[in-house]
Amino acid sequence: MEKASKIYGINGPVVYIKGKTDFQMGEMVYVSEERLVGEVIGLTSEMTTIQVYEETSGLKPGELVYGTGSAIFVTLAPGILNNIFDGIERPLSEIKRESGAFIKRGVSVDSLDTGKLWDTHITIKEGDYITGGTIIAEVQETRAIVHKSMIPPTLSGTVVSVMKDGRYTIDDTIAVLKKDDGTEVELTLTQKWPIRTPRPIAKRYPSSIPLITGQRILDTLFPIAKGGTAAIPGGFGTGKTMSQHQIAKWSDADIIIYIGCGERGNEMTQVLEEFSELIDPRSGNPLMDRTTLIANTSNMPVAAREASIYTGITLAEYYRDMGYHVAIMADSTSRWAEALRELSGRLEEMPAEEGFPAYLASRLSAFYERAGYMENLNGTEGSVSIIGAVSPQGGDFSEPVTQNTKRFVRCFWGLDKSLAYARHYPAIHWLTSYSEYMTDLSNWYNTHVDIDFVECRNKILAILNKESELMEIVKLIGSDVLPDDQKLTLEIARIIRLGFLQQNAFHPEDTCVPLEKQLKMMRTILYLNDRCSDIISLGIPVSVLKEQNLFEKIISIKYDVANNELEKFDDYKQLIDNFHATIMAKHA
Amino acid sequence: MAIEYLGLSEINGPLVALEGVQDAAYDEIVEFSINDGEDKKIGRIIEIYGDKAVIQVFEGSEGMSLTNTHTKLTGHPMEVALSTDILGRTFNGIGVPIDGLGPIDAEERRDVNGMPLNPVSREYPRNYIRTGISAIDCLTTLIRGQKLPIFSGNGLPHDQLAAQIVNQSSLGDDTDEEFAVVFAAMGVKHDVAEYFQKTFEESGASEHVVMFLNMANDPVVERLITPKVALTVAEYLAYEKGMHILVVLTDMTTYAEAMREVSSSKGEIPSRKGYPGYLYSELATLYERAGIVEGASGSVTQIPILTMPNDDITHPIPDLTGYITEGQIVLDRGLNGQSLYPPINVLPSLSRLMKDGIGEGYTRDDHQDVANQLFSSYAKVGDARALASVIGEDELSPTDKKYLEFGRAFESEFVGQGPNVNRTITQTLDLGWKLLHLLPKEELDRIDTKIMDKYYDITGGTVSTDEENGSNED
Repeated sequence: MEKASKIYGINGPVVYIKGKTDFQMGEMVYVSEERLVGEVIGLTSEMTTIQVYEETSGLKPGELVYGTGSAIFVTLAPGILNNIFDGIERPLSEIKRESGAFIKRGVSVDSLDTGKLWDTHITIKEGDYITGGTIIAEVQETRAIVHKSMIPPTLSGTVVSVMKDGRYTIDDTIAVLKKDDGTEVELTLTQKWPIRTPRPIAKRYPSSIPLITGQRILDTLFPIAKGGTAAIPGGFGTGKTMSQHQIAKWSDADIIIYIGCGERGNEMTQVLEEFSELIDPRSGNPLMDRTTLIANTSNMPVAAREASIYTGITLAEYYRDMGYHVAIMADSTSRWAEALRELSGRLEEMPAEEGFPAYLASRLSAFYERAGYMENLNGTEGSVSIIGAVSPQGGDFSEPVTQNTKRFVRCFWGLDKSLAYARHYPAIHWLTSYSEYMTDLSNWYNTHVDIDFVECRNKILAILNKESELMEIVKLIGSDVLPDDQKLTLEIARIIRLGFLQQNAFHPEDTCVPLEKQLKMMRTILYLNDRCSDIISLGIPVSVLKEQNLFEKIISIKYDVANNELEKFDDYKQLIDNFHATIMAKHA
Repeated sequence: MAIEYLGLSEINGPLVALEGVQDAAYDEIVEFSINDGEDKKIGRIIEIYGDKAVIQVFEGSEGMSLTNTHTKLTGHPMEVALSTDILGRTFNGIGVPIDGLGPIDAEERRDVNGMPLNPVSREYPRNYIRTGISAIDCLTTLIRGQKLPIFSGNGLPHDQLAAQIVNQSSLGDDTDEEFAVVFAAMGVKHDVAEYFQKTFEESGASEHVVMFLNMANDPVVERLITPKVALTVAEYLAYEKGMHILVVLTDMTTYAEAMREVSSSKGEIPSRKGYPGYLYSELATLYERAGIVEGASGSVTQIPILTMPNDDITHPIPDLTGYITEGQIVLDRGLNGQSLYPPINVLPSLSRLMKDGIGEGYTRDDHQDVANQLFSSYAKVGDARALASVIGEDELSPTDKKYLEFGRAFESEFVGQGPNVNRTITQTLDLGWKLLHLLPKEELDRIDTKIMDKYYDITGGTVSTDEENGSNED
């Protein structure tokens, strides 16, 4: 049944076959006797074009290309979590066992462990009529996550036989389904899904619940909704990867899919090491138990880099279908766009802006639109949130990838070089960043945190904006000439920047902060602002306020008040009151 | 394999085309014999369509004609001969000895393209390398297995800095471990190559140095292979022989220029500034060959040097490099103009791996805080200077004046330590504290209260060891 055709030409990762072939567009193929994985990306009556996901050196014209008849797909079954894959879902630890420390070509390994026996609880019974997406079995995949195996979205029919609960591999038949046309299908814990096709859903919901990240600048100033999309653009060294790591570690998503797309090998090693040791504060289990890594580092083949983004999102959609909230970290989407450009160049397509292919925008939008808060086919609700890092060339946000991404995401966390140079982390700039979700989410914040949350947030942002206006003047004539109320604004803004926006990822308390503490910090700063304004309005200069080191104390609240002793905030209120009283007494 | 093809169908710059070839493989090496063996060259197949192969000639196509060339397929990709005997030897850009000591008695031969290192097999780099240079040790700490490029400009002392790093780090504290330097020069000037050769000889390191020299007047195509050959040697020495290897690659800009030249003669579609679309992938396959492999005792640390065209850090070469490497050391023309050496501009400089290789157990518990505070305070110096240039220094607030004073001291004492000074980490950190004392205590907002209590008072005013005489012994 295997169709085979002869290679005609080779140019980097692109292989050509002359003449008409029977291959389909997007079909997965095996190239040469080494069985290198490839995909058909162009068909004309003269020439078939194939991109190969592995190194092509040593290939010769005349070698055979074998068709598989199906589009490039991923295997979906228990065993995905707590694992690390390359761009086409080959487990890297298996590859290591096969080929040693370095990745050889044509390594053939199963995506998931087919020998492992899973304790399976079957949730359907004989005679049930089930439709696409119905959950047929539950498996405790990791300590944190129950894996719910479903029938493929395209299937429906009557269950004619069911196995008992017990230990099964992912390829064992656990039930038999009689389709409406009378044919019988054996059901296993596994299903396959083509990576470039979004998994079907029942309904999309508007975003109304935030994805809590524990990062103050994100949660309070520029929140992302569950099912939302965000971009983190920034030049090198501004902390894109660090921000992604922080969100992956501390966000309240159930599942994290971390795609290292064309990035550094050491970074993936770090995630792997760190996440295996770190404990998820919500479940008490290692973070790797809810995480899957897709690592296609910059020195791995470029075509697989292009595929890795799709592999990641398909895995995410699969877990969403089980009713989980999934967050994808794509680091970095620019590398993916560059992979598109590189392949497009090899295909000698007409380049558009900056050499990127003209279809860059449509590919980006198709990717980001796979995010959302959905009702699944089986009635459960789940979400896929996408947080994509963008590496703009030269840190210039006007380049095509950033600009096109901006059109399709609703949250923009712009990293700033000057903040990074001053080691203000996270270097997300409050003036260039925005979140369109704030209005959608304000109701949630006001009911789930406290009624004044959004109000406080707006006041904080207003002070920061005021500061930037004043800084324009200060840059020209120095801060000494400003009136005292404006000097106070600068002081309060400084407290906000140092004490609130800056967050130390390496400090055990400060790395992840609950919303209650974020709110209390805001309230304390705003209360200080009120009391100080009161003093200033009586004509007392700001320099008097600075004589006591109260401001420094407020700044170090983030370290001094642990996340579980929020009652200490009352002491600070008292402190501010005393401060107010002392000064009033002295200057009255 | 024995078939020889007579003649060529096309010659275009360093590329030649050969028709009617049988059984040629992509990326295979071919041997040319010109005028009946008068001249020999080698080339690499970079494209095949049916029986037509496009071949890149390493030594350049001068002297080749459509009729006088015999071509032979070798049946393998570019390989390099490996053995521990290569230590102390000098080769040209494609690995042929040029020191007159004869060929290498190969223990094994390896494909220079290497293979991607599986992230699962990597060991996360954590051991810090003491370079003796304060700006690097304290603020952009070099870690074993890291790739940390020097972003420089023409006329800046990057060569001197690289040589100093090599000398001071390799001859530092851990002399019991085997170390070696692999030096790859791509299109460098003769005097630069000589400078390195001389420095290695003077410091007595040349026994441990392998040099690959592709000079500015050597064939352009050759330099596309030079770093690959060098890194293959480095990987062999590190992972097979357990040595700690420092790889110096200079100049990456010339390497990228060569890639552009070849790409345009192939007629490829250019992307940014005429560089080929695969520039990022190509650079990444080089830089990512730094690291530590689980189970192997050696390591590969890379210090690539690149000159930023027109000092522009947003130019594609430094830009893409910065996205791949684990930080960068940026040299500054302004500091160089003040005769400060090394003229490292610490603000854009960064070491991504330092956070895990410093602190208690590695350097000293106050390292991270001191570094953060120095960065943050020095960033403010810039603001104060900008203001001073508008309203004059006299009009500044007392705090801003202190920042100016701090800025001057930081540049002249901390950064501009001079070429012969080798500081220990304790000296460096104590000096950092001494400088921070120039600022009001309440301005030190990046230092943890505990660290502040522990170090602030004991480090006032004086530095524990006299660093003026440039003590080389610790």
